[in-house]
Order: sequence, then C-alpha cells, then structure tokens
Amino acid sequence: MINLDTIIFAISALVAVFGAVMMIGQRNPVASVLYFILSLVAQAVLYIQLGALFLGAILIIVYAGAIMVLFLFVIMLLNLRGQEDLGERGSSVGRFSKYLLVTLFVIELGMVIKSSVLPNAGITGISSMVPSDFGSVVGVAELLFGKYLYPFELASVLLLAAIVGAVVMAGREKAGDTPAAAKPESASGPGSVGGAGD
Amino acid sequence: MVTIPAFLIVAVVIFGIGAVGVLISRNIIVLFMCVELMLNAANLALIAFSRALNIMDGHAFVFLVLAVAAAEAAVGLAILIAIFRNRETINIDRFDMLKW
Repeated sequence: MINLDTIIFAISALVAVFGAVMMIGQRNPVASVLYFILSLVAQAVLYIQLGALFLGAILIIVYAGAIMVLFLFVIMLLNLRGQEDLGERGSSVGRFSKYLLVTLFVIELGMVIKSSVLPNAGITGISSMVPSDFGSVVGVAELLFGKYLYPFELASVLLLAAIVGAVVMAGREKAGDTPAAAKPESASGPGSVGGAGD
Repeated sequence: MVTIPAFLIVAVVIFGIGAVGVLISRNIIVLFMCVELMLNAANLALIAFSRALNIMDGHAFVFLVLAVAAAEAAVGLAILIAIFRNRETINIDRFDMLKW
C-alpha cells in the first residue's frame, strides 16, 4: 500500500544514497561537502520518521551545520581547488580487490539483517504506537542525565581533550621552531582553533 | 507500510558506500567524510532498532556518537593541517612517513 509514509521514506532514502554516492565521486572537495550535507538532511528526515525528533534536529544543526562548516573551513584554509595532483590510480588488481572486499562485507551485513531482523518484521512498522515523549528532548535528557550520566560526563572530557589536541596540533608554531613556521602562507593558527570547539 | 528492516537496508547501503569511499578515495578530506558517513549509517541503525524495541537507549548512544564524531573531526582536521604544512599535499599516498 502506498501512503504518505512510504513516499517520504522512498524519497529521503534515495536522496541519502544519491548524496553519498555523489560525495565520493567528486573531484572538488567543496562539492563533496555539499553532497554530504544533502545526504545528511535526507538522513535527518529518516530520523524524524523513526520518531527521533530531537536527534533529527541535532543532526542538521551540529552535523550539517557545525562539523561540515569545519570541513569547508579547512578546505578554504588549505586552498584546495580540486586540481591537486592526487597521484596515479592503483593497479586494477588492487582496485578490484577493494571492491570485492566491500561487496563481501555488505553481503555479510545483509545476511545478518535477513536472518535476525526480517523474521520479526511484522510488529515493527513505524506506524506502531510509541510513548508520547519518545524521541523528545525530555526523553533524551532523562536518559543522558540519569542512566547514562557517566558516559555523558566522559564525553565532555573527550571534547575538552579534542579541543586541546586540535589547538596543539593546528596552532601556530613558535618562530624558529621549524622551517615551515617561517613561511607566512603556511601559518594557519587561530582560525582552525575557533572551529574546533563545536 | 514502512517497516524497520527498510531503514536497516538503507543504513547498510550507506555504510557500504562509506566503506567503498574510504578504500578508493585519494583525497584525504573525502576520506574523512566517508568515515563520518559510516558513523551516520551506524546511527541510523541504532535509531531504527531503538524504534523497533520501543526503548530510547539508542538515542542516548547516538547523542554520544555525535559528540565523538565532532571530536574526531576536529582532531583529524588538525592533524591534516599539520601534515599539509609540512608536505604541501593532500595525496594520501604521500603520507607514508610511518612506513618502512
């Protein structure tokens, strides 16, 4: 039966896969980032269809907003235009073995889903009833500040460590430290640091 | 009716595309984004299972995965800037100074 749920799912699933495929096919990294954002927005629609309203919003705001801007910022900082020398393609045997590896892996994942999930598919349509606070801010917050308080606090330590690490690695080096620090065009400094904090 | 396995199949397809991208990409920024794509596919599967089992614990996992992905992107791009400053290239085949 074709209803609105099915149509929304089909369109957003196709857009998500299309964006992902186009992302790895682009030569210009800026186009790659934009296709990835398209894929992320479609995935956010899928999240919302599954009842994860808060996470759908977070995916667009944090991922498509903050993290992808960080990527774009680095692309601009490195002044990449898509005309870089990316070297020779690998040998055909090497490429074939990569595709073979991934195909086998995807088939394996499909078999796992087929054997363990599909037999129980009857009760799990997305139109089934869920509690009214399913996926809401309140529901997620009760979990994060109750049952998963310890992992949540550890995540804050992780983010702090990531900020310090990014500042140390990407920050401006002291004058005379290395030859690279003497060249003005290679200094990147504070800009990347500001983007690292999200 | 849209069922949960349909979402899982989408997640597997996206994960497969991300894995292909990691293996064949020669641009390190695209390679980073493919890793993020695989994280997103795992998130989609977590949310689908969360809906199927009608418990919200998967949402908390996804929230923490998003925090880890942000940290990973920040540190990874900082490493990329540090390497680019020394090597002046983004070709991953040239990033082989740890190989002997």
